[in-house]
Amino acid sequence: MAILQIRQAIRDAMKEEMLRDDRVFLMGEEVGYYNGAYKASEGLLEQFGPKRVIDTPIVETGFAGVGIGAAMCGLRPIIEFMTFNFSAVAFDQILNNAAKIRHMTNGQFGVPIVFRGPNAAAHMLGSTHSQAFEPYYAHIPGLKVIAVATPYDAKGLLKSAIRDDNPVIFLEAELMYSVKGEVPDEEYTIPIGKADIKREGKHVTLVTWGQGVPVSLKTAELAAKEGIEVEVIDLRTLRPLDTDAIIDSVKKTNRAVVLFHDWPYGGVGCEVIARIQELAFDYLDAPVLRECYEDVPFPYAENLELLCLPTPEKGLAAVKKVLYKRG
Amino acid sequence: MTARAPKKSPAETPPEAAATADSVVSPDATASTHAAKTAAEIKDQFKAQSKDEVLRDYLGMLRIRRFEEAAARAYTRGKISGFLHLYIGQEAIAVATQQAIEKHDRVVSAYRTHGFAIALGSDLKACACELMGKSGGLVGGMGGSMHFFDKAHQLWGGYAIVGNHIPVAAGHAFASKYTGDGAVTLVFMGDGAVGIGPVHEGMTLAGIWKLPIVFIVENNQYSMGTPLSRTLPVEDITSRAAGYGFKSDRFHVTSVAETRERIGAAVKRAREDNQPTLLELITYRFRGHSMSDPAKYRQKEEVETWRVQDPLERALLALQQLHGFDEAALEKLDEEIIAEVDAAYEFAAAAPQPPPEARFKNILVGE
Repeated sequence: MAILQIRQAIRDAMKEEMLRDDRVFLMGEEVGYYNGAYKASEGLLEQFGPKRVIDTPIVETGFAGVGIGAAMCGLRPIIEFMTFNFSAVAFDQILNNAAKIRHMTNGQFGVPIVFRGPNAAAHMLGSTHSQAFEPYYAHIPGLKVIAVATPYDAKGLLKSAIRDDNPVIFLEAELMYSVKGEVPDEEYTIPIGKADIKREGKHVTLVTWGQGVPVSLKTAELAAKEGIEVEVIDLRTLRPLDTDAIIDSVKKTNRAVVLFHDWPYGGVGCEVIARIQELAFDYLDAPVLRECYEDVPFPYAENLELLCLPTPEKGLAAVKKVLYKRG
Repeated sequence: MTARAPKKSPAETPPEAAATADSVVSPDATASTHAAKTAAEIKDQFKAQSKDEVLRDYLGMLRIRRFEEAAARAYTRGKISGFLHLYIGQEAIAVATQQAIEKHDRVVSAYRTHGFAIALGSDLKACACELMGKSGGLVGGMGGSMHFFDKAHQLWGGYAIVGNHIPVAAGHAFASKYTGDGAVTLVFMGDGAVGIGPVHEGMTLAGIWKLPIVFIVENNQYSMGTPLSRTLPVEDITSRAAGYGFKSDRFHVTSVAETRERIGAAVKRAREDNQPTLLELITYRFRGHSMSDPAKYRQKEEVETWRVQDPLERALLALQQLHGFDEAALEKLDEEIIAEVDAAYEFAAAAPQPPPEARFKNILVGE
């Protein structure tokens, strides 16, 4: 086992898949000579050359569309958004082309492509650079959506995403690129659509993903000090959703909180709650709660931004609330 | 190559060719008025072509026009729904495109696409089925008029969000360069598309990366109901080519042969030199933007004026004046096409709708 950062795990996944399949290439802003804005493509240009590690001008619609068009011809592009905030510029390409072409052409054309990059708030970037995009993409039939929180998951799931014949949105987190973890030396992949129990517990189910995972694990640590055993389920894939993993846990604990780094209104958190009430209503001993961003555009000022974020303390409060425990 | 005929400004437009005050481009300035069209003019235009070639081009265009006329009738009778954009007046471009390309090249178009499908060899029955949302349609009834795709016949769309197919087409050309497959991508758009962002971005990348692609603007004078003078800051769309490092060409579409030659030159440049070209093909649609558009923004006189340029009518005159086709012979040819078109629509009318489970297919692979 090697200890890698998430950025290195992502780099290794891309490197291995590019070695495995000549059709795989990486395209985006600063992915080549600059080695990636967050160094997730470090060394790839040197290894594979400019034919397969392709710097673009600042034209998200352009290179997202080029990736889609190349995928329709049988190539397997990895398109890096410097941040998913910029994917909003290319949203039409993903919504109307990547997600729909297979269905709309009755299967004549497929779009095997990965769009990847950092998602959600980092630190004091202001409102336009601090947004989570999973609700937009997970809403669309025809896409798969992944959000990773550990080096092991990042590498295994990115390799699966690159090999997948469908368009995949692969969400990373800017503040987590340096998170370290064990990664096997040997080849492995992780199946898309499978959640992972990051910590077992029997009192409350805490459903989370992406940047919510470390916050949820700290929440569980705080809860444990008060004798509360929290089960942390990392969804890892947001579409398709591993409903069984969520429901099985809720049937065991009878209580659930969804903790995530996104606004509360609509979105994946609401989808999780909808499924719990539909499939485990009779098992619930308390309403399912959300702990997430406040429902405001992100302010720049540090104190204000911190108020908007979910924290282990807020997570603990929600856990205690579903247990009807005071303070 | 340079644009053939200088455009007249609206102020210079003679009264007999009066377009609406807002119109920017006039019909082919070298064409005389309809009534004065002489045998000499037709002879001059078609002298290099054999009878068989003129006949082939004429029938190719006529087949599209009859199909489109039948589509309009079916729409009026409620057999076709949704948005229906007809290609009447622009047929020569699709016919010329088919002649200008090789078997592995790709044609990408927007939502006025029936003509390309027909010219490229798509089954008329499958086209009619698609318009009616039937299971035998080109895309199984999943797309309709605006989303014709027929990979087996080189038709790669079929896109109805204006301009969003331009980067995708650049991606096809990128793939050709990446794999060395030797294919050229020809991507078509209307004059109404040239202002939207994806067109600029797609062209920028094609220019930087020297992709084997031809960008073709079918300038039919109107983006929906708004004339060029109110949607474009310049009259000459190809003036943009310089900003991308492209070659360009601009001309009135009056015959299949000339259109084929000039598209062909751009295809050659793409294939042999990886040099993109921007073409502006000046043409005219004789129907409204879509079936719901009565085209009240233009006058009948304007439409009639443009008929002097109609490549279908010119080919007809060439057959009559140069190759001895009489009314009876032409009637017979027309009847054969009408019979084929009618049979396609009758087939489609009787064809089954897609099965209920069809809506769940092809959303994702492996599900």
